[in-house]
Amino acid sequence: MTTIPSNKEMTPAPIIRPKTSKDDRLMAVFMIVIALYLLIALAFPLYAMLSKSFTTAAFDLEKFEFQVNKGDGWSETISAFQINETLKLLKPEELKTSSDGRLYATTFFPDFSFRSKTEYRLRQLGKNGSFLVGSTRIADTDWHTYKANKFRRIVFRPSKSTGLDNYILYFSTPALFRSIKNSLFISILSTLITVSLAFGFAYALNRSTMRFKGLFRLIAMIPILVPSLLPGIALVYLFGNQGLIKGLLFGNDIYGPIGIVMGSVFFTFPHALIIITTALAISDARLYEAAISLRASAWKTFWTVTIPGARYGLLSASIVVFNLVITDFGLPKVIGGQYNMLAVDIYKQVIGQQNFEMGAVVSMVLLIPAMMAFVLDRYVQKRQVAQLSSSSVPYEPKPDRKFDAICLSYCSVVACFILSLIIICQYAALVKLWPYNLNLGLGNYNFDVMDGGGWASYGNSIRLALLTALIGTTVVFFGAYMVEKIKGFLITRSSFQFLAMLPMAIPGMVLGLAYIFFFNDPANPLNPIYGTMTILVVCTVTHFYTVSHLTAVTALKQMDREFEAVASSLKQPFYKLVAKVTVPVCMPSILDISIYLFVNAMTTVSAVIFLYSPDTALASVAVMNMDDAGDVAPAAAMGMMIFYTNVAARLIHLFVTRKLLVRTQAWRTR
Amino acid sequence: MIQTILKRFVVGACIVAVSMIAIGNSALAVDLIVYTAVEAEDLPRYAATFNEDHPDINIKWVRDSTGIMTAKLLAEKNNPQADLAWGMSGSSLLIFKAEGMLHPYKPKGLENLDPKFYDSDPVPSWIGMDAYVAAICYNTVEGEKNNLKAPESWWDLTKPMYEGHVIMPNPNSSGTGFLDVSSWLQLFGEKGGWAYMDALHDNIARYTHSGSKPCKLAAAGEIPIGVSFAFRGARSKAAGAPIDVIFAKEGIGWEIEASAIMAGTDKLEAAQKFMDWTITRKAMVMYNDAYAVVGYKGVAKPVKHFPPNVDSYMIDNDFEFAANNRKRILAEWQKRYDSKSDPKKK
Repeated sequence: MTTIPSNKEMTPAPIIRPKTSKDDRLMAVFMIVIALYLLIALAFPLYAMLSKSFTTAAFDLEKFEFQVNKGDGWSETISAFQINETLKLLKPEELKTSSDGRLYATTFFPDFSFRSKTEYRLRQLGKNGSFLVGSTRIADTDWHTYKANKFRRIVFRPSKSTGLDNYILYFSTPALFRSIKNSLFISILSTLITVSLAFGFAYALNRSTMRFKGLFRLIAMIPILVPSLLPGIALVYLFGNQGLIKGLLFGNDIYGPIGIVMGSVFFTFPHALIIITTALAISDARLYEAAISLRASAWKTFWTVTIPGARYGLLSASIVVFNLVITDFGLPKVIGGQYNMLAVDIYKQVIGQQNFEMGAVVSMVLLIPAMMAFVLDRYVQKRQVAQLSSSSVPYEPKPDRKFDAICLSYCSVVACFILSLIIICQYAALVKLWPYNLNLGLGNYNFDVMDGGGWASYGNSIRLALLTALIGTTVVFFGAYMVEKIKGFLITRSSFQFLAMLPMAIPGMVLGLAYIFFFNDPANPLNPIYGTMTILVVCTVTHFYTVSHLTAVTALKQMDREFEAVASSLKQPFYKLVAKVTVPVCMPSILDISIYLFVNAMTTVSAVIFLYSPDTALASVAVMNMDDAGDVAPAAAMGMMIFYTNVAARLIHLFVTRKLLVRTQAWRTR
Repeated sequence: MIQTILKRFVVGACIVAVSMIAIGNSALAVDLIVYTAVEAEDLPRYAATFNEDHPDINIKWVRDSTGIMTAKLLAEKNNPQADLAWGMSGSSLLIFKAEGMLHPYKPKGLENLDPKFYDSDPVPSWIGMDAYVAAICYNTVEGEKNNLKAPESWWDLTKPMYEGHVIMPNPNSSGTGFLDVSSWLQLFGEKGGWAYMDALHDNIARYTHSGSKPCKLAAAGEIPIGVSFAFRGARSKAAGAPIDVIFAKEGIGWEIEASAIMAGTDKLEAAQKFMDWTITRKAMVMYNDAYAVVGYKGVAKPVKHFPPNVDSYMIDNDFEFAANNRKRILAEWQKRYDSKSDPKKK
C-alpha cells in the first residue's frame, strides 16, 4: 500500500528570490554606514539623555556615622539614619535633592550649640560619598574629630542613584510644570493666528489678480532668513518702554505672552505660507465651475470647496507652526519676561543652575508634544491622497477689482509688519545710543569688545553653514538614494526611513543637551569631537535632516527605476549611474537642500547653544548672548549680518540654479 | 573597481578629516588653557601685560559668562580641559572645591593680600583678585520723567512710587542676582530678608537672565532702575548713558573674582607661575582699572564714575553660608517669585 507522504516529508518548493547583485550589497553597506551615522548622531545621545533624567541624588543617611563626646568619653557609634528614625527630623522627600544638594550635619542634633564643649566624630562610608567642612571636601572613610564650633560648618553631600525622583520633583514644583501650560497656550494661539494670516495671504496670492504678487512672495520669505531672536529684539524697539509705537499696546507689557505670540507669528509665517500655498495651488477649477452652475454663493463655495480642498495643507501647516513655536528658545528668551516656557526652562536649569538632570527631565517633557505633533503629521501625510488627477484643470483667477483691492491692501499690511520689524532692527543697530543719542554710527558693530565671541563668531557661523551644506547635502542625498533605489533589504530600509524621519520630532535644545551627555562622556571614543566644529556640524545636519531627506526622496522618486535596470543590463556599476545621470538630473533639488541647510545653520540657536565652545562661538548664539548681557543694539546688528549673509547666499543659489538649469536640465525642454 | 569604491568613501574621509583638524587645533601642548568669565574687552590687555613678565607662557583664553563657564567646568569634571580657572566668581570656585576639582597652591606674595580675599585653608585652593560690588543703576532722565526720586537704600526700592520701575537679575540664572539675594539674607536676617524680597517683588517689572542686563536696560532708558553691579554702571556712564551708580546705604553685597589651578593639570609649573603673577602688584594695578576693590593691600585707587568709599559699604560677606545654602535659597526664591503665571501688570 502506498501512503501519501505527510506535509512534513514533502520538500518545499524553493522560494525564488531575486538575486541581490554585487551593486545592491555595496549599496547596503553604504546605507548601513549612513544609518550608523544616524544612530550615533541621534539615537545614542537621546538614550544617554533619557538615562540622565533618571539619575537622582539623595542623602544616604546610613552612610554617615557619628560619635559624640560630651566630656564623659565617646558614645556608641550611631548613624544619621538611626537618629532620624528615632527623632523623625527629616521626611523621606526632604532627603531627595540634586547633585548640588547640601545637608547640615547639625540637623541631626536638635540641641546643638556651637558654644558647647561637646566634641563630635564623623565618618562617611559611601563609596563615592563625601562631606564638606566649610568648603573642604572629605571623601575618605576615616573617623574625623571636630569641636562644636567646627562641627556646625559640616555639610553632607548627596550620593547618586537612579529613580523617578526628578520627575516627581518636577511635577511638584509649580514654577516648573506651569511652563507646560504656558508653552501649550502660546503654541496653540500662535498657530491659530499664523495659519489664519498665512491662509489669507496664500488665498490672495492664488485667487486674486492683484499686482506685486512676486514682491509679496519675496517679502513673506524674509523671516526664514533671520534667527528667531531677531523679531524679539525688533519688538523691544517697537513696543518696549522706549519703543517707537508702544502706545499701540494700550499700556500692556510687550515682555510676556503678547511679545512671544507676535514674534512667533513673524518667524513661522513663511513656513505656514509655503505649505498652504501649495495646498491651494492644486485645487481643481472644475469644482468651482460646478459650484457656479449649482448657484452656490461665494461664501458656500469657500466652505464646501476651498477649505476642504486645502484641509490637509491647513492641518499640516498647523502642525509645523505648533512644533516650531513650542520648541523655539530664542524668542521667549528675549521677550518672554517672566513668562516661563519649556524650552527656556531647559536653558535655565542647565546654564543657570548647572542642574543637568532636571534639564534632561524638562527635555523629556518637551519631547512629548513635539512627538505627538510628529505622529499626527505622519498620519495626515498618509491620509493625504493625490487631489490633482490628470484630468484636473488648474484654477485661473479672474480679475475682480473690489476683491483684488482687498487682497492688495491685506497683503500690504502683512508685508509692512514683516518689513517694519526688519527695518527697525537695522535702524537700531546703527543708532549710537538708543534713545538718547539718535545719531548714526557703526559703534554697535564693534563686536570684538562685547560678549558673544566677536567678529570671529560671524566667521565661524559661515564656516559652519558651508560645512553643514556640503557634508549635510552629501550624507542626506546618498542616504535618500540608498533608501529609494536599493532592491531588497526591506527591514534595513524601513528602519533607516524611521531614523531619517525622527529628527523632525526632536527639539533642537533637546538634541543639543543629549549631545552633551553622550559626547562629553570621557568613556566615549568619540569624545574628542566635543567642543569642536565637528560636533556643531554633526548636530546641525542631524537637526535639519528630515526636511532635507524628504526633498531628496521626492526628487529621486521622479526618476524611473528603469535607469537602474538599464544601467545594470549595460553592466554599469551604480556609482557610475549616480555620477553621470542621477546627480545631474537631481541637481536643482541638491542645491535646494544645501541652501536650506546653509540658511538654517546660520540662524539656529537652540541646537547649538549647549555645544559651542569659545573657539567655535556662532553669530546666532552671539545675538542671544549680547542681548542677554544687555547689548541689545549690537545683538540687532549681528542679527542683521546673518540676514544679509542669507540673502547673499540665496542670490548665489538663484544664480547657480539658473546656470545649472541651462546646462543640466536642457533635456526638460523640447 | 577598488579605486572607485575608495572614491565613494570620500564622504566619510571628509568627516574624519574635519574632526582631525579640529582635534589637532585644540591640543597644542605649549599653551596654558585658562577658563575665565572676565569681560571680553579686557582680556587681550591682561594677556599682553602677563607676557611682559612671562613671554614663554602662552595664554589660551576660554571665555564665557560665569554661569556657562561654571556649567562647562562641572560638565568636564571627569575629563578636565582647563589648566586654570581665572577671574571666576568665588562661589563657583567654592562649588569646584567641594567637588574636589581644585589643586591647592600657596602662591608667592600671598601675605600682601587682604585675608578675606583667599581661601582660609593653610594651602589655599583659590586666591582672590578683585571684588565686584552690587549697585543700583538709576536713569536720571527716565527717573525725572516718571517723578521718581533717586533711591538711597534697598528699602527705598520697596516704596509704592517705584512700582514696575525696578528690574533685577533672576538669582536662579545670574550670579549677580544670587549675590543680591544672599546679601539681603545676611543683612536683614533670614526672616527679614525674605520679607524685604516679598515687598521688593511687588515693584519688580521683571527678572532678567543676566546680571549686567538690568544696568544696561537702565542705561537705555528701558527701565528707570536696574539692580546690577557697579562696574557695569560705570562703563555705561562712561559711554554717555544718563545714569547714576548708587550704593544702598544699608550695605552692599559683593563677590570675589578669584583664580585656582584645576586638579589634574599636566602643566603645573606654568600654572603656578601664572598664579604667582595674578597676585603681583602689577596685576592688581591692572585690575584696578575696572574694579574699585582689589585684593592687594593699599593698591586700590578710586575708579571713574564709581561712588567713593566702596569699602565702607561692603558687607561682611560669608561665602561659606552662600555656597552651602545656595540650593535651599534658590529653591525658596523660585517657589516665592518664579511661579507667577501672569506677567506683572504695570
